[in-house]
Amino acid sequence: MIRLALWILSALILGGLVHLSTVLLLPSLATQDAYARVAAVAPVNSVIPIPAPTPEKAIMPFMDPAFTVSVCRYDLSRGPLKFSVPISQAYTSVSFYTRSDVAYYAINDRAAGRRVIELDLMTAAQRADLPDTEEVTRADRLIVTSPTRAGLIVIRALTPEPGGIPAARAALAAAQCRAQ
Amino acid sequence: MRLLFGILFALATAAMVGLGTTWIALTQGLAYGGVTIGAWTAWPKNGTAGIDPYARAMIARNGELPVGSGDGVSFYARTDDAGQPLDGRCDVLVSGITPPARFWTMTLYDPEGLLVANSMRRHGFTSQEIVRKADGNFDIAIAPRARPGNWLPTGGIERYQLVLRLYDTPVGMATRSGREAPMPAISRRACQ
Repeated sequence: MIRLALWILSALILGGLVHLSTVLLLPSLATQDAYARVAAVAPVNSVIPIPAPTPEKAIMPFMDPAFTVSVCRYDLSRGPLKFSVPISQAYTSVSFYTRSDVAYYAINDRAAGRRVIELDLMTAAQRADLPDTEEVTRADRLIVTSPTRAGLIVIRALTPEPGGIPAARAALAAAQCRAQ
Repeated sequence: MRLLFGILFALATAAMVGLGTTWIALTQGLAYGGVTIGAWTAWPKNGTAGIDPYARAMIARNGELPVGSGDGVSFYARTDDAGQPLDGRCDVLVSGITPPARFWTMTLYDPEGLLVANSMRRHGFTSQEIVRKADGNFDIAIAPRARPGNWLPTGGIERYQLVLRLYDTPVGMATRSGREAPMPAISRRACQ
């Protein structure tokens, strides 16, 4: 009897380990995560418009249909990236995601406080290599540090009315995401 | 012999328990750290680098990108205030006010997170287009057939969920109760 209880106990402990390891490993093993879905349509280091979600097809689930979206799939292994986007008439936001879809930074038009959201994206190592010149420490220069070499920049412009979509598309088409 | 049997039993049970609990945790939306107000639940931490391992596994599995915390916060509702699942064959009334935000959107999705087909091509409302009453409150009628006022069609599907997204909002990780963030009530009326 005690022997059976011990077997059950060890099975449960082992089961707990299986549970924890599958939960922790799943993000690195997933093949249909948001990054993989975007990677299938977007080349590296360029801004690509993402089609609006429809009932039949959406590149990702739970996309907000009130937004016009563009995305830049970045790779910093060849050096830092310069990113800029003119803000459209309505709300515009820029969100940064790591290779494993973790949102690590987001900024909106009001926080940027200018007509253009402009920033430098680099890894922590590239940031450390920057010389401390005045150009780098300038107060209005925005430097974002990416925890991973690859990731996604998602640009969203609010278009509550379908009539506003062409203007938002034009603003997002002027977005730039290129190696320095 | 007994030892071998014991080991096999332990390994089989461990695999079943381990994979079973992972499956349940990821499909039932059991991520922790949620802020629940009425029928609505948000996971503000999912929009930050502090996202918990369960939520990470969940978004890796379904392919979603969470709204970044500097951008906004999303509240999900799968049931009405009484705890009944949202049924597209019923009339459901969403009424009240929303927490402070530069603007908000409310969208209806099927359980997989896709929009629902309907003849109006209407999938939700935004704070700019919604028709409010004199006191600032709004009513949204979610129903399979046309309703006067703010009508959100369900296409008659069996189960759906609502997502209320607040953009540029003070609501976030520090929010604890409905007094800081008044969410609209969800109540079921007649069913077909």
